[in-house]
Amino acid sequence: MNKKLLMKFKSIIGLIVFSLIVSVLSPRFLTVSNILNVLRQTSINSIIAAGMTFVILTGGIDLSVGSTLAFCGAVCAYFISAGMSVFLAVTIALAIGALVGLFSGIIISKGKVQPFIATLVTMTVLRGATLVFTNGKPITLGSDKASEVFSKIGAGYFLGIPIPVYLMVLVFMIAYYVLTQTRIGRYVYALGGNEEASKLSGLNVSKIKLSVYAISGMLAALAGVVITARLSSANPNAGAGYELDAIAAVVLGGTSLAGGAGSILGTIIGALIIGILSNALNLLDVSSYYQMIAKGAVILIAVLADRKEK
Amino acid sequence: MKKGLSILMVAILLMGLLVGCGTQEKVQEAKDETQKIGLVLSTLNNPFFVTLKEGAEAKAKELGYEVVVLDSQDDPSKELSNMEDLITRGVSVILINPTNSDTVGNAIKLANDAKIPVLTLDRGANSGEVVSHIASDNVAGGKMAGEYVVEKLAKKGKVIELEGIPGASATVDRGAGFNEALKGTEIEVVAKQTANFNRTEGLTVMENILQAQPEINAVFAHNDEMALGALKAIEGTNREIMVVGFDATDDAVASVKEGKLAATVAQQPDMIGSLGVETADKVLKGETAEKFIPVDLKLVTE
Repeated sequence: MNKKLLMKFKSIIGLIVFSLIVSVLSPRFLTVSNILNVLRQTSINSIIAAGMTFVILTGGIDLSVGSTLAFCGAVCAYFISAGMSVFLAVTIALAIGALVGLFSGIIISKGKVQPFIATLVTMTVLRGATLVFTNGKPITLGSDKASEVFSKIGAGYFLGIPIPVYLMVLVFMIAYYVLTQTRIGRYVYALGGNEEASKLSGLNVSKIKLSVYAISGMLAALAGVVITARLSSANPNAGAGYELDAIAAVVLGGTSLAGGAGSILGTIIGALIIGILSNALNLLDVSSYYQMIAKGAVILIAVLADRKEK
Repeated sequence: MKKGLSILMVAILLMGLLVGCGTQEKVQEAKDETQKIGLVLSTLNNPFFVTLKEGAEAKAKELGYEVVVLDSQDDPSKELSNMEDLITRGVSVILINPTNSDTVGNAIKLANDAKIPVLTLDRGANSGEVVSHIASDNVAGGKMAGEYVVEKLAKKGKVIELEGIPGASATVDRGAGFNEALKGTEIEVVAKQTANFNRTEGLTVMENILQAQPEINAVFAHNDEMALGALKAIEGTNREIMVVGFDATDDAVASVKEGKLAATVAQQPDMIGSLGVETADKVLKGETAEKFIPVDLKLVTE
């Protein structure tokens, strides 16, 4: 068995063991309704984390996802409350997300700025832009037809399964296909593995960078659309700190922060571990003071276990 | 190299533009010679403080003052530099809504040294010299919410408490007031979890609690954002659960009107702001001001 496969197995085993422990502690954990609940809650973080995986595979990082989520959510809510069709509003929100990512990508590849700094800039500017745009107050949707339809994206069900879960699965299927079956996917890994070599072998490095940040931005916007639909309201402070949850999911999934190694399947497992953890702490009614300690500890254990493997 | 240079040039040009605007403003300020009131807010990333600011601005306009508003972004060190900036700009009085009652002391002492009177809004200060403190009583508000729940549930049932940011004074005080009201009744708090005053977290935490608790009669959230999130979580189920919030933000009041949210405790942030400016006006005219000026709370149920 090759090493990569073993690594993949390891996260899955970790996930199963962790779920077993939680289900022993709380009999309510392993119920159909709670599992659907966890999946729906995880969908937001995992959609963001899917985009983050592309970025981290190239050896970059995207800190702007939380702000992008808030901004695009607000834009979407604004257009829908102004009477625009749901399809158009969502498309515009996703396009803005991609543009924001493209902008970060341009600063990084043309301006030769480190990804951490470049996306820190976009993160700060966009949070400010969101506050200006919303005037610091939530944009709440009414009960008109378009708002009702829109809220289905976050709160609706199809065949008993929440819509956001379908979106999450779709995103991961596409991401898996792109990363494993297409030339772009191979370039992403190559760039993260060795940027100099990629350049010398004639890869258009800046084009790949622009694409991964655009993908990350667009998926953050999608997450923003889902959250806004779920709450029927866009909040200017939405998504604060989400970049860290997404990075944690990618790292828990075994992707190296140095780039070049990792998998999209690992990311979904990482996101599930984080989602189950939050769910379990609530189910068990753990005091809020201890929750943060527990979260840190779980991430530490998972990362250390992964280290030993390598 | 060339590219770097051109970026630098553009940056300098942009800065020049910004500074240009800034100085123009200053010239105008000097012309009409209105007295300036400094207002430092813990955050403007929260509708409550935005409303407070608007209340202060409206009152100041009425009384003929100019308000300089600065946002501390929940960061005590930003707060300190905001105070320094206000002192440099020569404001006559400072209204401050501290990010934290303990850490604001040094910022207030700066103003004390510069002989600028300081009034605190909403949150108090544990050190430094403050002329007057204008706030609503969070303990009383929590109690008000608790008494409403007790009355509606006829002194019996299971309730959830969604807490604010752990350790924040609003969290501690509202929680204390609420639990005080439940004393001596058969109402039991079956789960107490934080959702950090955040709507999205209110949603997810409530979703999880709904999974864990088969029987819930009421939810008390330490602010409206969490209450509205919890309401969304409950809407997805067929369960009848009463939700009570705190703050009476626009969204929450609309929700109460629609019959979704049972009640919310109205702090009156615009009143806190306008009373703050009114008191500052008194102080500037040499009149005495009360040490503590409570702002009325009210329960919004329809």
